[in-house]
Amino acid sequence: MRMKKLAAGVALGLGASVLSFSALAAETIKVGVLHSLSGTMAISETTLKDTMLMLIDEQNKKGGLLGKQLEAVVVDPASNWPLFAEKARELIEKDKVSAVFGCWTSVSRKSVLPVFEELDSLLFYPVQYEGEESSKNVFYTGAAPNQQAIPAVDYLKNELGVERWVLAGTDYVYPRTTNKILEAYLKSMGVAEEDILINYTPFGHSDWQSIVSDIKKFGSEGKKTAVVSTINGDANVPFYKELGAQGVTADDIPVVAFSVGEEELAGIDTAPLVGHLAAWNYFMSVDSEQNDEFIESWHKFIKNEDRVTNDPMEAHYIGFNMWVEAVKKAGTTDPDAVQDALIGIAVPNLTGGYATMMPNHHISKPVLIGEIQDDGQFAVVSSTPGTVVGDAWSNYLEGSKDIISDWRAPLSCGNYNVKTGKCSGQNF
Amino acid sequence: MTIRTFGGFCLLCLLFLLVPLRASAAGDEAVYNEAAKLLTSRSFDEKEQAIRLLADNNHPQTKQLMTLLMESRLYFNKKDDGLYQIDDYETDKPAISLLNNEPVAIEKKRDFKKITLNNQLRSLVRQIQAEIGLKSPDLSRRLAAVREMLGSMDEDALALIRKAYAKEDSATVREVMQIAIAIGELPAADEARARDAVATLAGSLEPDARNALTQFAGSTDNAALKAAAEKALAEIEQRARFYGGVETLYFGLSLGSVLVLAGIGLAITFGVMGVINMAHGELIMLGAYTTYVIQQLMPNHIGLSLIVAIPCAFLVSALVGIAIERGVIRFLYGRPLETLLATFGISLVLQQAVRTIFSPLNRSVATPEWMSGLIEINPVLSLTTSRLYIIAFCLLVFFALLLVLKRTSLGLQVRAVSQNRAMARAMGVRSEWVDALTFGLGSGVAGVAGVALSQLTNVGPNLGQSYIIDSFMVVVFGGVGNLWGTLVAGLSLGVANKVLEPWAGAVLAKILVLVFIILFIQKRPRGLFPQRGRAAEG
Repeated sequence: MRMKKLAAGVALGLGASVLSFSALAAETIKVGVLHSLSGTMAISETTLKDTMLMLIDEQNKKGGLLGKQLEAVVVDPASNWPLFAEKARELIEKDKVSAVFGCWTSVSRKSVLPVFEELDSLLFYPVQYEGEESSKNVFYTGAAPNQQAIPAVDYLKNELGVERWVLAGTDYVYPRTTNKILEAYLKSMGVAEEDILINYTPFGHSDWQSIVSDIKKFGSEGKKTAVVSTINGDANVPFYKELGAQGVTADDIPVVAFSVGEEELAGIDTAPLVGHLAAWNYFMSVDSEQNDEFIESWHKFIKNEDRVTNDPMEAHYIGFNMWVEAVKKAGTTDPDAVQDALIGIAVPNLTGGYATMMPNHHISKPVLIGEIQDDGQFAVVSSTPGTVVGDAWSNYLEGSKDIISDWRAPLSCGNYNVKTGKCSGQNF
Repeated sequence: MTIRTFGGFCLLCLLFLLVPLRASAAGDEAVYNEAAKLLTSRSFDEKEQAIRLLADNNHPQTKQLMTLLMESRLYFNKKDDGLYQIDDYETDKPAISLLNNEPVAIEKKRDFKKITLNNQLRSLVRQIQAEIGLKSPDLSRRLAAVREMLGSMDEDALALIRKAYAKEDSATVREVMQIAIAIGELPAADEARARDAVATLAGSLEPDARNALTQFAGSTDNAALKAAAEKALAEIEQRARFYGGVETLYFGLSLGSVLVLAGIGLAITFGVMGVINMAHGELIMLGAYTTYVIQQLMPNHIGLSLIVAIPCAFLVSALVGIAIERGVIRFLYGRPLETLLATFGISLVLQQAVRTIFSPLNRSVATPEWMSGLIEINPVLSLTTSRLYIIAFCLLVFFALLLVLKRTSLGLQVRAVSQNRAMARAMGVRSEWVDALTFGLGSGVAGVAGVALSQLTNVGPNLGQSYIIDSFMVVVFGGVGNLWGTLVAGLSLGVANKVLEPWAGAVLAKILVLVFIILFIQKRPRGLFPQRGRAAEG
């Protein structure tokens, strides 16, 4: 009897809270944040969740959007790829968010892709990736290979005179595709087969002794050698430690990394790394007004002066501002209208220029090469003169050479083969 | 009159004497000013000009400036554009002006900006330092200088080394200098000289000597010389292969010692007690985090903090281990599946707890000075010091543990309980108490392993996960309940992994080792060194 009463009370309370929630929902625009807060990827993704909260908070201070306040809906997919799809569905169907900002690994993006296409919502993806994809519902604010890997190789070849190449990566889709593109690109520039050494290691590889020793031998054969590293996440620390331990310095064999940024360096003793390189579209050390402002508000928001900023954070900054502008332009948060409005939107980036959303749902970005300094920051040693437009389909790969992506009418296709004149059946 | 003339003459002489002196001092000053101006530029090209200007003019401060640049202690003041040496870039710390050696206190950090180098400049500076280093009274400095120059032997360098060779009296340095001279002479030498040079290079393992020979063999028209060079190359190749084998063995032993360290705690909890403890990796992680905390507490004594961390990590992990045993595992003895699930849950709880307390980001644990660096046996074989320490540490922990189990009353009771619980209880051993202590001992050893691992890999919430499978592999392979088995298994798996790796790649090597262990366990389910006797059957 008593139990029943209690249950009824609970049910009533729940009903009331649901009611009050839906009442609130009418006055706010919801924005989904889909980043892992636990599990392996929490190391990188937690920061992006905080960045989104900060951006939404600031927009609300400026008066919100379309006269309404923005409300962040944060979920935790726990570094579990199938859970990403479930949580994405929950965000779109249950919470009715207008757009989602999230994902880090390519696997997680591939896992949520069908959900976004089925429910026709918007995803802003902030991390550099391997390309070979262009979905109607995804906007890629991170770098495509031609906005990071190719300019980095050009820098090594032209400025440092590198002739031998070690392509070292973790064994999964991003390094494999990127290395395939790089290998094709290097060969197209006349690098011989025996001057390229490709090496894959498992996730979280921690014993780098023989690989570093191999690299050392490969590099001691007379020609200037460099390592292009797509080694991901945690495996980087023991890799650099081993380089330092075996006395490989950056002026003998420089390592250019695509996954090592300020945040990753914060967990390493950087002394043996000085001079190694990274290619990104943003560095915390870049001197610009927007950047100073961004860093200042980040420190204020996170209440810690020691926290760093990094490239994916800038990507969210750009993506969020683009979405805000597009919603203003469209006058609604309806995904279809916003998708159309987004193309051609230009917003300031943090390095002192503008980023424009292209018809292939990638953005234009400057490419910067930085050398690691002993304080864990990067000194920019080279940058492209203008911005580089992201290329969804690589020009160096057989099979994707002839494919273009253009989401404007009348083509409206992410996978159009210019030779056969056909848009492939898949949506991405 | 004469005196006057004489006086005038003297004055003239003095003037003449003074003019060149003054001119050179003024020249130095001009060079310094020009270089200082170029150094404060943002462009690396201008910095390069500055460095070349100093070196070409043999400016007396070149050496000092190069050292400061390399150690990134050279700053400039944005206001007066002067160069300063700053050892500690903090407000109120001194900045020493290079113009007059006078210290000023840093009022605002932003006033001073560091002069940064890029890789090209760094190698230029290193070359200049090498040239200066040739004249250094310090033997190791001279040796390093010559070896630095091996890779870039041109006319100038050859002349420089020949000059230094005449004055050199250390045999070791002379030997490397001979190689340098041979490399420098080889491309343009006549036949007799070339033959000597090839003979000199044949005895060297320096990669630069090898490259010079390869290049020479490819470009010379003289068939006899070509054959000689190729023969020398083949000899070098063979010796290098031998040392490569030694290196692989060393890598294998050091990987093996990491495996043993990670697994040895498990050898006690799983091997002796039979508890499948999935939280073993997290106990290692706790040890690594303890190291981090201790290092934060004593930031000025990095080496000492590591030593203090060893007992602390043991205590922390042991206490957590005892808490796990008393709180969870003791209710689950004899139910391996439930134990497995429960401890897996504990491992997730511990991971998330660390994420909440320390943030999900990796923590940086510094390596003390005496642990970094290389011991160079010869140019193709060098042993990393940190790995040597880890191997030694592993053996130390192993024998200490062996001693505890074989020679102490706790060890006696542990063995008694694990061999026959009922009989031990009948003899008056408090088996519950022994269980808790044994589990604590195994966990504590895991914590100690964490201290060692903090020097090699990430200190982050995922540290434990990457070692748990390896740990079980080692214990099962070695034979459950046998410490010696764990040691032999760990070291041999390490060596096997490293032998396979260059040949099959890191991913495949790991798979092959796993497949091998599965097959091995099929054949000998009790591992390398099975326990015999009644205990094994019970």
